[in-house]
Amino acid sequence: MDLHRRRKLVNRLALGLSMGAMAFGLTWLIWILWTVLDLGVGALSLSLFTEMTPPPGADTGGLLNAIVGSLILVGLGTAIGSPVGILAGIYLAEFGRSNWLGRITRFVNDLLLSAPSIVIGLFVYATVVATTGRFSGWAGALALALLVLPVVIRTTENMLMLVPNSLREAAFALGAPRHVVILRVTLRAARSGVVTGVLLAVARIAGETAPLLFTALSNQFWSLSLNEPMANLPVTIFKFAMSPFQDWQRLAWAGVLLISLGVLGLNILARILFRAEKLS
Amino acid sequence: MNAHTPIPAGEAQIAFRNFNFFYGDFHALKNIHFEIARSKVTAFIGPSGCGKSTLLRTINRMYDLYPHQRAEGEILLDGQNLLDPRMDVAALRARVGMVFQKPTPFPMSIYDNIAFGVGLHERLSRADLDDRVEWALRKAALWDEVKDKLKQSGMSLSGGQQQRLCIARGIAVKPKVVLLDEPTSALDPIATARIEELIDELKDDFTIVIVTHNMQQAARISDYTAYMYLGELIEFGLTDQLFVNPRQKATEDYITGRFG
Repeated sequence: MDLHRRRKLVNRLALGLSMGAMAFGLTWLIWILWTVLDLGVGALSLSLFTEMTPPPGADTGGLLNAIVGSLILVGLGTAIGSPVGILAGIYLAEFGRSNWLGRITRFVNDLLLSAPSIVIGLFVYATVVATTGRFSGWAGALALALLVLPVVIRTTENMLMLVPNSLREAAFALGAPRHVVILRVTLRAARSGVVTGVLLAVARIAGETAPLLFTALSNQFWSLSLNEPMANLPVTIFKFAMSPFQDWQRLAWAGVLLISLGVLGLNILARILFRAEKLS
Repeated sequence: MNAHTPIPAGEAQIAFRNFNFFYGDFHALKNIHFEIARSKVTAFIGPSGCGKSTLLRTINRMYDLYPHQRAEGEILLDGQNLLDPRMDVAALRARVGMVFQKPTPFPMSIYDNIAFGVGLHERLSRADLDDRVEWALRKAALWDEVKDKLKQSGMSLSGGQQQRLCIARGIAVKPKVVLLDEPTSALDPIATARIEELIDELKDDFTIVIVTHNMQQAARISDYTAYMYLGELIEFGLTDQLFVNPRQKATEDYITGRFG
Protein backbone atom coordinates (compact mmCIF):
# COMPACT_ATOMS: atom_id res chain seq x y z
CA MET A 1 0.00 0.00 0.00
CA ASP A 2 2.75 2.34 1.02
CA LEU A 3 4.62 1.47 -2.15
CA HIS A 4 1.59 2.26 -4.27
CA ARG A 5 0.97 5.56 -2.57
CA ARG A 6 4.60 6.47 -3.11
CA ARG A 7 4.34 5.64 -6.80
CA LYS A 8 1.27 7.79 -7.21
CA LEU A 9 3.01 10.66 -5.50
CA VAL A 10 6.12 10.36 -7.69
CA ASN A 11 3.88 10.07 -10.72
CA ARG A 12 2.05 13.25 -9.82
CA LEU A 13 5.30 15.06 -9.14
CA ALA A 14 6.80 14.03 -12.49
CA LEU A 15 3.61 14.93 -14.31
CA GLY A 16 3.54 18.31 -12.58
CA LEU A 17 7.14 19.05 -13.56
CA SER A 18 6.46 18.04 -17.18
CA MET A 19 3.39 20.23 -17.35
CA GLY A 20 5.34 23.11 -15.83
CA ALA A 21 8.10 22.74 -18.41
CA MET A 22 5.54 22.64 -21.18
CA ALA A 23 3.81 25.74 -19.84
CA PHE A 24 7.16 27.54 -19.59
CA GLY A 25 7.98 26.78 -23.22
CA LEU A 26 4.54 27.63 -24.54
CA THR A 27 4.38 30.91 -22.63
CA TRP A 28 7.24 32.41 -24.62
CA LEU A 29 5.90 31.09 -27.88
CA ILE A 30 2.45 32.50 -27.28
CA TRP A 31 3.93 35.77 -26.05
CA ILE A 32 6.00 36.08 -29.23
CA LEU A 33 3.02 35.28 -31.43
CA TRP A 34 0.83 37.68 -29.49
CA THR A 35 3.34 40.52 -29.81
CA VAL A 36 3.70 39.87 -33.53
CA LEU A 37 -0.06 39.83 -33.96
CA ASP A 38 -0.64 42.85 -31.76
CA LEU A 39 1.93 45.07 -33.41
CA GLY A 40 1.64 43.55 -36.87
CA VAL A 41 -2.11 43.65 -37.36
CA GLY A 42 -2.16 47.35 -36.52
CA ALA A 43 0.34 47.95 -39.31
CA LEU A 44 -1.52 45.89 -41.92
CA SER A 45 -3.03 47.79 -44.78
CA LEU A 46 -3.68 47.38 -48.48
CA SER A 47 -0.79 49.69 -49.32
CA LEU A 48 1.62 47.04 -47.96
CA PHE A 49 0.93 45.04 -51.09
CA THR A 50 0.74 47.92 -53.57
CA GLU A 51 3.52 50.34 -52.64
CA MET A 52 7.28 50.20 -52.48
CA THR A 53 9.38 50.56 -49.34
CA PRO A 54 9.28 54.31 -48.56
CA PRO A 55 12.01 56.75 -47.63
CA PRO A 56 11.88 57.73 -43.93
CA GLY A 57 9.20 60.21 -43.03
CA ALA A 58 6.98 59.56 -46.04
CA ASP A 59 3.28 59.24 -45.28
CA THR A 60 2.73 56.30 -47.58
CA GLY A 61 4.69 53.21 -48.47
CA GLY A 62 4.45 49.44 -48.37
CA LEU A 63 6.51 46.32 -48.76
CA LEU A 64 5.64 45.27 -52.31
CA ASN A 65 9.22 45.13 -53.58
CA ALA A 66 10.35 43.25 -50.47
CA ILE A 67 7.48 40.75 -50.66
CA VAL A 68 8.05 40.03 -54.35
CA GLY A 69 11.81 39.91 -53.83
CA SER A 70 11.42 37.42 -51.00
CA LEU A 71 9.10 35.24 -53.09
CA ILE A 72 11.63 35.24 -55.94
CA LEU A 73 14.64 34.53 -53.72
CA VAL A 74 12.90 31.80 -51.70
CA GLY A 75 11.37 30.29 -54.84
CA LEU A 76 14.67 30.27 -56.69
CA GLY A 77 16.61 28.99 -53.67
CA THR A 78 14.13 26.15 -53.29
CA ALA A 79 14.15 25.41 -57.00
CA ILE A 80 17.93 25.08 -56.98
CA GLY A 81 18.34 23.35 -53.61
CA SER A 82 15.46 20.85 -53.62
CA PRO A 83 16.23 18.77 -56.71
CA VAL A 84 19.88 18.43 -55.70
CA GLY A 85 18.82 17.59 -52.15
CA ILE A 86 16.26 15.00 -53.26
CA LEU A 87 18.76 13.32 -55.58
CA ALA A 88 21.42 13.25 -52.85
CA GLY A 89 18.85 11.87 -50.38
CA ILE A 90 17.99 9.13 -52.87
CA TYR A 91 21.67 8.26 -53.16
CA LEU A 92 22.06 8.03 -49.39
CA ALA A 93 18.97 5.91 -48.81
CA GLU A 94 19.06 3.65 -51.86
CA PHE A 95 22.73 3.26 -52.72
CA GLY A 96 24.98 4.60 -49.98
CA ARG A 97 23.49 3.10 -46.83
CA SER A 98 26.74 1.67 -45.60
CA ASN A 99 29.51 2.48 -48.07
CA TRP A 100 32.24 5.05 -47.38
CA LEU A 101 30.86 7.67 -49.75
CA GLY A 102 27.47 7.49 -48.06
CA ARG A 103 28.98 7.76 -44.60
CA ILE A 104 31.11 10.77 -45.54
CA THR A 105 28.23 12.49 -47.30
CA ARG A 106 25.98 11.93 -44.30
CA PHE A 107 28.62 13.37 -41.95
CA VAL A 108 29.26 16.44 -44.11
CA ASN A 109 25.53 16.96 -44.49
CA ASP A 110 25.11 16.92 -40.72
CA LEU A 111 27.78 19.62 -40.50
CA LEU A 112 26.03 21.69 -43.15
CA LEU A 113 22.71 21.19 -41.38
CA SER A 114 24.04 22.70 -38.19
CA ALA A 115 26.21 25.39 -39.80
CA PRO A 116 25.15 28.88 -38.71
CA SER A 117 23.44 30.59 -41.62
CA ILE A 118 25.78 33.57 -41.36
CA VAL A 119 28.63 31.26 -42.32
CA ILE A 120 26.74 30.33 -45.49
CA GLY A 121 26.15 34.05 -46.13
CA LEU A 122 29.84 34.89 -45.77
CA PHE A 123 30.82 31.92 -47.92
CA VAL A 124 28.62 33.10 -50.78
CA TYR A 125 29.86 36.66 -50.22
CA ALA A 126 33.46 35.53 -50.58
CA THR A 127 32.86 33.23 -53.55
CA VAL A 128 30.20 35.09 -55.53
CA VAL A 129 29.73 38.65 -54.37
CA ALA A 130 33.43 39.43 -54.00
CA THR A 131 34.36 37.83 -57.32
CA THR A 132 31.52 39.37 -59.36
CA GLY A 133 31.91 42.66 -57.56
CA ARG A 134 28.24 43.16 -56.82
CA PHE A 135 25.46 42.10 -54.49
CA SER A 136 22.85 40.24 -56.51
CA GLY A 137 19.64 38.23 -56.43
CA TRP A 138 21.53 35.23 -57.76
CA ALA A 139 23.92 35.32 -54.82
CA GLY A 140 20.97 35.49 -52.42
CA ALA A 141 19.19 32.59 -54.11
CA LEU A 142 22.40 30.55 -54.00
CA ALA A 143 22.85 31.20 -50.27
CA LEU A 144 19.26 30.13 -49.60
CA ALA A 145 19.73 27.05 -51.80
CA LEU A 146 22.70 26.04 -49.62
CA LEU A 147 20.41 26.23 -46.58
CA VAL A 148 17.67 24.22 -48.29
CA LEU A 149 20.07 21.51 -49.39
CA PRO A 150 20.93 19.78 -46.09
CA VAL A 151 17.33 19.91 -44.84
CA VAL A 152 16.00 18.29 -48.00
CA ILE A 153 18.80 15.70 -48.09
CA ARG A 154 18.09 14.69 -44.53
CA THR A 155 14.29 14.47 -44.82
CA THR A 156 14.44 12.69 -48.18
CA GLU A 157 16.85 10.12 -46.80
CA ASN A 158 14.81 9.61 -43.64
CA MET A 159 11.54 9.27 -45.51
CA LEU A 160 13.01 6.75 -47.95
CA MET A 161 14.48 4.77 -45.06
CA LEU A 162 10.96 4.50 -43.63
CA VAL A 163 9.77 2.70 -46.76
CA PRO A 164 9.79 -0.98 -45.78
CA ASN A 165 12.41 -3.04 -47.54
CA SER A 166 9.76 -5.61 -48.43
CA LEU A 167 8.25 -3.07 -50.82
CA ARG A 168 11.57 -2.75 -52.64
CA GLU A 169 11.99 -6.52 -52.72
CA ALA A 170 8.46 -6.93 -54.07
CA ALA A 171 9.27 -4.59 -56.96
CA PHE A 172 12.61 -6.28 -57.63
CA ALA A 173 10.85 -9.66 -57.51
CA LEU A 174 8.74 -8.60 -60.50
CA GLY A 175 11.94 -8.05 -62.46
CA ALA A 176 11.99 -4.27 -62.14
CA PRO A 177 15.35 -2.57 -62.69
CA ARG A 178 16.67 -0.42 -59.90
CA HIS A 179 15.71 2.99 -61.30
CA VAL A 180 12.12 1.84 -61.82
CA VAL A 181 11.97 0.53 -58.25
CA ILE A 182 13.20 3.86 -56.91
CA LEU A 183 11.20 6.21 -59.12
CA ARG A 184 7.91 4.35 -59.28
CA VAL A 185 7.78 2.56 -55.93
CA THR A 186 10.00 3.84 -53.11
CA LEU A 187 10.03 7.53 -54.03
CA ARG A 188 6.31 7.35 -54.61
CA ALA A 189 5.75 5.71 -51.23
CA ALA A 190 7.80 8.47 -49.59
CA ARG A 191 6.31 11.23 -51.72
CA SER A 192 4.40 13.11 -49.05
CA GLY A 193 7.34 12.98 -46.67
CA VAL A 194 9.70 14.33 -49.30
CA VAL A 195 7.30 17.18 -50.16
CA THR A 196 6.93 17.90 -46.46
CA GLY A 197 10.70 18.16 -46.19
CA VAL A 198 10.78 20.71 -49.01
CA LEU A 199 8.01 22.74 -47.39
CA LEU A 200 9.83 22.76 -44.06
CA ALA A 201 13.00 23.86 -45.83
CA VAL A 202 11.04 26.72 -47.43
CA ALA A 203 9.73 27.66 -44.01
CA ARG A 204 13.26 27.63 -42.68
CA ILE A 205 14.69 29.98 -45.33
CA ALA A 206 11.67 32.31 -45.46
CA GLY A 207 12.90 34.19 -42.41
CA GLU A 208 16.66 33.89 -42.89
CA THR A 209 18.34 37.29 -42.71
CA ALA A 210 22.05 36.67 -42.29
CA PRO A 211 22.64 34.84 -45.59
CA LEU A 212 20.81 37.57 -47.53
CA LEU A 213 22.51 40.47 -45.76
CA PHE A 214 25.80 39.57 -47.47
CA THR A 215 24.41 38.43 -50.80
CA ALA A 216 21.15 39.90 -52.10
CA LEU A 217 21.52 42.84 -49.73
CA SER A 218 18.34 44.84 -50.18
CA ASN A 219 16.88 47.30 -52.59
CA GLN A 220 14.88 50.42 -51.91
CA PHE A 221 13.30 50.23 -55.35
CA TRP A 222 11.37 47.86 -57.57
CA SER A 223 13.80 45.56 -59.35
CA LEU A 224 13.28 42.11 -60.80
CA SER A 225 16.82 41.82 -62.09
CA LEU A 226 18.69 38.96 -60.46
CA ASN A 227 21.96 40.66 -61.30
CA GLU A 228 21.11 43.60 -59.04
CA PRO A 229 20.67 43.77 -55.27
CA MET A 230 17.19 42.50 -54.51
CA ALA A 231 14.71 43.68 -51.89
CA ASN A 232 13.50 41.01 -49.45
CA LEU A 233 11.47 40.89 -46.27
CA PRO A 234 14.05 39.75 -43.69
CA VAL A 235 16.69 42.36 -44.53
CA THR A 236 14.03 45.07 -44.85
CA ILE A 237 12.69 44.11 -41.43
CA PHE A 238 16.22 44.18 -40.03
CA LYS A 239 16.87 47.63 -41.51
CA PHE A 240 13.48 49.11 -40.62
CA ALA A 241 13.31 47.71 -37.11
CA MET A 242 16.74 49.13 -36.30
CA SER A 243 15.77 52.58 -37.58
CA PRO A 244 14.56 55.44 -35.38
CA PHE A 245 11.63 56.16 -37.74
CA GLN A 246 8.21 55.10 -36.49
CA ASP A 247 6.66 54.47 -39.90
CA TRP A 248 9.59 52.17 -40.77
CA GLN A 249 9.16 50.32 -37.48
CA ARG A 250 5.47 49.82 -38.23
CA LEU A 251 6.34 48.36 -41.62
CA ALA A 252 8.88 46.05 -39.96
CA TRP A 253 6.18 44.63 -37.70
CA ALA A 254 3.90 44.15 -40.68
CA GLY A 255 6.70 42.27 -42.42
CA VAL A 256 7.27 40.10 -39.34
CA LEU A 257 3.59 39.24 -39.29
CA LEU A 258 3.60 38.34 -43.00
CA ILE A 259 6.58 36.02 -42.61
CA SER A 260 5.09 34.42 -39.47
CA LEU A 261 1.78 33.80 -41.21
CA GLY A 262 3.60 32.43 -44.24
CA VAL A 263 5.66 29.99 -42.17
CA LEU A 264 2.59 28.99 -40.17
CA GLY A 265 0.70 28.35 -43.41
CA LEU A 266 3.55 26.22 -44.78
CA ASN A 267 3.68 24.14 -41.61
CA ILE A 268 -0.06 23.57 -41.67
CA LEU A 269 0.13 22.64 -45.36
CA ALA A 270 2.93 20.18 -44.60
CA ARG A 271 0.87 18.56 -41.86
CA ILE A 272 -2.22 18.30 -44.03
CA LEU A 273 -0.24 16.72 -46.86
CA PHE A 274 1.40 14.24 -44.52
CA ARG A 275 -1.88 13.30 -42.89
CA ALA A 276 -3.74 12.99 -46.21
CA GLU A 277 -1.15 10.56 -47.49
CA LYS A 278 -1.28 8.44 -44.35
CA LEU A 279 -5.05 8.13 -44.52
CA SER A 280 -5.26 7.14 -48.18
CA MET B 1 19.89 -39.02 -49.56
CA ASN B 2 17.91 -42.11 -48.67
CA ALA B 3 15.36 -39.92 -46.87
CA HIS B 4 14.39 -38.30 -50.16
CA THR B 5 11.65 -39.72 -52.29
CA PRO B 6 12.33 -38.41 -55.79
CA ILE B 7 9.53 -36.94 -57.83
CA PRO B 8 8.45 -38.94 -60.93
CA ALA B 9 10.97 -38.73 -63.77
CA GLY B 10 10.45 -35.90 -66.25
CA GLU B 11 8.27 -33.82 -63.96
CA ALA B 12 10.99 -31.60 -62.54
CA GLN B 13 10.53 -27.87 -63.03
CA ILE B 14 13.31 -26.88 -60.68
CA ALA B 15 16.31 -28.95 -59.67
CA PHE B 16 18.80 -28.11 -56.93
CA ARG B 17 22.18 -29.71 -57.61
CA ASN B 18 24.79 -29.72 -54.83
CA PHE B 19 23.56 -26.32 -53.84
CA ASN B 20 25.22 -24.32 -51.05
CA PHE B 21 24.47 -20.84 -49.81
CA PHE B 22 26.45 -18.41 -47.66
CA TYR B 23 25.69 -15.25 -45.71
CA GLY B 24 29.23 -13.91 -45.61
CA ASP B 25 31.11 -16.69 -43.78
CA PHE B 26 27.99 -18.37 -42.47
CA HIS B 27 27.15 -21.55 -44.34
CA ALA B 28 23.35 -21.24 -44.40
CA LEU B 29 22.36 -24.00 -46.82
CA LYS B 30 24.33 -27.21 -47.03
CA ASN B 31 24.49 -29.40 -50.08
CA ILE B 32 20.85 -29.15 -51.09
CA HIS B 33 19.98 -31.70 -53.75
CA PHE B 34 16.40 -32.34 -54.82
CA GLU B 35 13.78 -31.51 -57.42
CA ILE B 36 10.53 -29.58 -57.44
CA ALA B 37 7.69 -30.93 -59.57
CA ARG B 38 5.86 -29.02 -62.27
CA SER B 39 2.28 -27.90 -61.53
CA LYS B 40 2.41 -29.16 -57.96
CA VAL B 41 2.55 -27.41 -54.60
CA THR B 42 5.80 -27.98 -52.75
CA ALA B 43 6.04 -26.83 -49.13
CA PHE B 44 9.23 -26.02 -47.20
CA ILE B 45 8.80 -26.58 -43.47
CA GLY B 46 11.14 -26.48 -40.51
CA PRO B 47 11.86 -24.47 -37.37
CA SER B 48 12.81 -20.78 -37.50
CA GLY B 49 16.24 -20.19 -38.93
CA CYS B 50 16.45 -23.56 -40.70
CA GLY B 51 16.98 -21.91 -44.08
CA LYS B 52 13.61 -22.53 -45.71
CA SER B 53 13.08 -18.86 -46.64
CA THR B 54 16.69 -18.59 -47.72
CA LEU B 55 16.19 -21.55 -50.03
CA LEU B 56 13.01 -20.05 -51.48
CA ARG B 57 14.70 -16.72 -52.14
CA THR B 58 17.42 -18.34 -54.21
CA ILE B 59 14.93 -19.46 -56.86
CA ASN B 60 14.41 -15.87 -58.09
CA ARG B 61 17.92 -14.79 -57.05
CA MET B 62 16.55 -12.33 -54.53
CA TYR B 63 19.87 -12.60 -52.73
CA ASP B 64 21.50 -10.68 -55.61
CA LEU B 65 20.34 -7.51 -53.87
CA TYR B 66 22.66 -8.13 -50.95
CA PRO B 67 26.41 -8.02 -51.53
CA HIS B 68 27.54 -10.52 -48.89
CA GLN B 69 25.27 -13.35 -49.93
CA ARG B 70 26.46 -15.94 -52.41
CA ALA B 71 25.42 -19.25 -53.84
CA GLU B 72 27.34 -22.28 -55.13
CA GLY B 73 26.19 -25.26 -57.14
CA GLU B 74 23.32 -25.28 -59.58
CA ILE B 75 19.65 -24.52 -59.64
CA LEU B 76 18.12 -25.69 -62.89
CA LEU B 77 14.90 -24.08 -64.04
CA ASP B 78 13.60 -26.12 -66.98
CA GLY B 79 17.13 -27.42 -67.40
CA GLN B 80 18.77 -23.98 -67.45
CA ASN B 81 21.14 -23.05 -64.62
CA LEU B 82 19.74 -19.88 -63.13
CA LEU B 83 22.91 -19.20 -61.12
CA ASP B 84 24.78 -18.67 -64.38
CA PRO B 85 26.21 -15.12 -64.24
CA ARG B 86 25.01 -14.58 -67.80
CA MET B 87 21.43 -15.22 -66.69
CA ASP B 88 19.23 -12.14 -67.18
CA VAL B 89 17.83 -11.68 -63.69
CA ALA B 90 14.90 -9.51 -64.86
CA ALA B 91 13.87 -12.22 -67.34
CA LEU B 92 14.28 -14.86 -64.62
CA ARG B 93 11.99 -12.92 -62.30
CA ALA B 94 9.40 -12.71 -65.06
CA ARG B 95 9.41 -16.53 -65.00
CA VAL B 96 9.50 -16.82 -61.21
CA GLY B 97 7.02 -14.65 -59.29
CA MET B 98 7.10 -14.08 -55.55
CA VAL B 99 4.66 -13.16 -52.79
CA PHE B 100 5.90 -12.07 -49.38
CA GLN B 101 4.92 -12.58 -45.76
CA LYS B 102 3.37 -9.16 -45.32
CA PRO B 103 1.19 -7.88 -48.15
CA THR B 104 3.22 -5.36 -50.17
CA PRO B 105 0.81 -3.39 -52.37
CA PHE B 106 2.60 -0.59 -54.21
CA PRO B 107 1.47 2.98 -53.45
CA MET B 108 -0.64 3.19 -56.60
CA SER B 109 -4.08 2.14 -57.83
CA ILE B 110 -5.26 -1.46 -57.85
CA TYR B 111 -5.10 -1.43 -61.64
CA ASP B 112 -1.59 0.02 -61.71
CA ASN B 113 -0.40 -2.49 -59.13
CA ILE B 114 -1.16 -5.26 -61.63
CA ALA B 115 -0.09 -3.33 -64.73
CA PHE B 116 3.27 -2.38 -63.16
CA GLY B 117 4.84 -5.82 -63.52
CA VAL B 118 3.26 -6.54 -66.91
CA GLY B 119 4.62 -3.29 -68.33
CA LEU B 120 8.15 -4.24 -67.31
CA HIS B 121 8.21 -7.22 -69.63
CA GLU B 122 5.62 -6.70 -72.35
CA ARG B 123 4.27 -3.87 -74.49
CA LEU B 124 0.52 -4.36 -74.53
CA SER B 125 -2.22 -2.22 -76.03
CA ARG B 126 -4.58 -0.59 -73.57
CA ALA B 127 -7.30 -3.14 -74.33
CA ASP B 128 -4.93 -6.09 -73.96
CA LEU B 129 -3.62 -4.64 -70.69
CA ASP B 130 -7.19 -4.24 -69.40
CA ASP B 131 -7.81 -7.89 -70.29
CA ARG B 132 -4.63 -9.00 -68.56
CA VAL B 133 -5.47 -7.09 -65.39
CA GLU B 134 -8.94 -8.64 -65.32
CA TRP B 135 -7.51 -12.10 -66.02
CA ALA B 136 -5.01 -11.82 -63.17
CA LEU B 137 -7.58 -10.47 -60.72
CA ARG B 138 -10.02 -13.25 -61.64
CA LYS B 139 -7.28 -15.85 -61.21
CA ALA B 140 -6.55 -14.41 -57.78
CA ALA B 141 -10.26 -14.50 -56.89
CA LEU B 142 -10.29 -10.77 -56.32
CA TRP B 143 -12.06 -9.46 -59.42
CA ASP B 144 -15.59 -9.41 -58.01
CA GLU B 145 -14.46 -7.45 -54.97
CA VAL B 146 -12.47 -4.77 -56.80
CA LYS B 147 -13.91 -4.50 -60.32
CA ASP B 148 -15.74 -1.27 -59.45
CA LYS B 149 -12.78 0.39 -57.74
CA LEU B 150 -9.78 -0.36 -59.91
CA LYS B 151 -8.68 3.29 -59.65
CA GLN B 152 -8.58 3.17 -55.85
CA SER B 153 -5.31 2.81 -53.99
CA GLY B 154 -4.16 -0.76 -53.46
CA MET B 155 -3.47 0.19 -49.85
CA SER B 156 -7.20 0.74 -49.23
CA LEU B 157 -7.91 -3.01 -49.39
CA SER B 158 -8.06 -5.33 -46.37
CA GLY B 159 -5.02 -7.44 -45.49
CA GLY B 160 -6.34 -10.57 -47.15
CA GLN B 161 -7.38 -8.64 -50.26
CA GLN B 162 -3.96 -6.99 -50.38
CA GLN B 163 -2.31 -10.38 -50.32
CA ARG B 164 -4.53 -11.62 -53.16
CA LEU B 165 -3.66 -8.40 -55.02
CA CYS B 166 0.01 -9.31 -54.60
CA ILE B 167 -0.68 -12.80 -55.92
CA ALA B 168 -2.56 -11.29 -58.88
CA ARG B 169 0.35 -8.93 -59.48
CA GLY B 170 2.75 -11.87 -59.51
CA ILE B 171 0.75 -14.07 -61.86
CA ALA B 172 -0.15 -11.19 -64.22
CA VAL B 173 3.39 -11.47 -65.59
CA LYS B 174 2.53 -15.12 -66.46
CA PRO B 175 5.40 -16.79 -64.62
CA LYS B 176 6.06 -20.53 -64.60
CA VAL B 177 6.74 -20.65 -60.88
CA VAL B 178 5.16 -18.75 -57.99
CA LEU B 179 7.11 -18.51 -54.72
CA LEU B 180 5.10 -17.86 -51.57
CA ASP B 181 7.04 -16.84 -48.46
CA GLU B 182 4.71 -17.48 -45.51
CA PRO B 183 1.90 -15.76 -47.40
CA THR B 184 -0.73 -16.19 -44.70
CA SER B 185 1.22 -15.58 -41.51
CA ALA B 186 -0.06 -11.98 -41.28
CA LEU B 187 -3.68 -12.90 -42.10
CA ASP B 188 -6.72 -13.96 -40.10
CA PRO B 189 -8.12 -17.52 -40.46
CA ILE B 190 -10.80 -16.59 -42.99
CA ALA B 191 -8.39 -14.71 -45.25
CA THR B 192 -5.97 -17.61 -44.82
CA ALA B 193 -8.58 -20.12 -45.96
CA ARG B 194 -9.25 -18.05 -49.09
CA ILE B 195 -5.54 -17.94 -49.96
CA GLU B 196 -5.28 -21.69 -49.44
CA GLU B 197 -8.22 -22.31 -51.79
CA LEU B 198 -6.57 -20.02 -54.27
CA ILE B 199 -3.27 -21.90 -54.10
CA ASP B 200 -5.15 -25.09 -54.88
CA GLU B 201 -6.67 -23.52 -57.99
CA LEU B 202 -3.43 -21.93 -59.14
CA LYS B 203 -1.42 -25.11 -59.24
CA ASP B 204 -3.02 -26.13 -62.53
CA ASP B 205 -1.23 -23.26 -64.21
CA PHE B 206 1.79 -22.65 -62.03
CA THR B 207 4.39 -24.54 -60.07
CA ILE B 208 3.98 -23.37 -56.49
CA VAL B 209 6.62 -23.34 -53.80
CA ILE B 210 5.50 -22.23 -50.36
CA VAL B 211 7.35 -21.64 -47.13
CA THR B 212 5.15 -22.07 -44.10
CA HIS B 213 5.47 -22.14 -40.35
CA ASN B 214 2.18 -23.89 -40.13
CA MET B 215 2.46 -27.64 -40.49
CA GLN B 216 -1.27 -28.15 -40.83
CA GLN B 217 -1.18 -25.72 -43.73
CA ALA B 218 1.62 -27.66 -45.40
CA ALA B 219 -0.33 -30.89 -44.89
CA ARG B 220 -3.52 -29.34 -46.27
CA ILE B 221 -2.26 -27.69 -49.41
CA SER B 222 0.97 -29.26 -50.58
CA ASP B 223 1.69 -32.27 -52.76
CA TYR B 224 5.33 -32.48 -51.73
CA THR B 225 7.02 -31.38 -48.53
CA ALA B 226 10.64 -30.62 -47.74
CA TYR B 227 11.63 -30.66 -44.09
CA MET B 228 14.68 -28.56 -43.33
CA TYR B 229 16.79 -28.22 -40.23
CA LEU B 230 19.96 -26.18 -39.62
CA GLY B 231 20.47 -25.51 -43.30
CA GLU B 232 20.09 -29.10 -44.40
CA LEU B 233 17.32 -30.82 -46.26
CA ILE B 234 16.46 -33.59 -43.82
CA GLU B 235 13.62 -35.23 -45.68
CA PHE B 236 11.75 -34.68 -48.91
CA GLY B 237 8.81 -36.59 -50.32
CA LEU B 238 5.11 -36.78 -50.94
CA THR B 239 3.32 -34.76 -48.29
CA ASP B 240 0.99 -37.63 -47.34
CA GLN B 241 3.92 -39.93 -46.89
CA LEU B 242 6.08 -37.47 -44.99
CA PHE B 243 3.39 -36.56 -42.51
CA VAL B 244 1.97 -40.03 -42.00
CA ASN B 245 5.10 -42.05 -42.24
CA PRO B 246 8.26 -39.96 -41.88
CA ARG B 247 11.48 -41.81 -42.50
CA GLN B 248 13.66 -39.68 -40.31
CA LYS B 249 13.35 -39.48 -36.55
CA ALA B 250 14.07 -35.71 -36.77
CA THR B 251 11.14 -35.17 -39.14
CA GLU B 252 8.83 -37.15 -36.92
CA ASP B 253 9.90 -35.18 -33.84
CA TYR B 254 9.20 -31.92 -35.64
CA ILE B 255 5.82 -32.77 -37.14
CA THR B 256 4.57 -34.31 -33.94
CA GLY B 257 5.52 -31.13 -32.14
CA ARG B 258 8.20 -32.59 -29.94
CA PHE B 259 10.45 -29.70 -30.85
CA GLY B 260 10.60 -26.62 -33.06
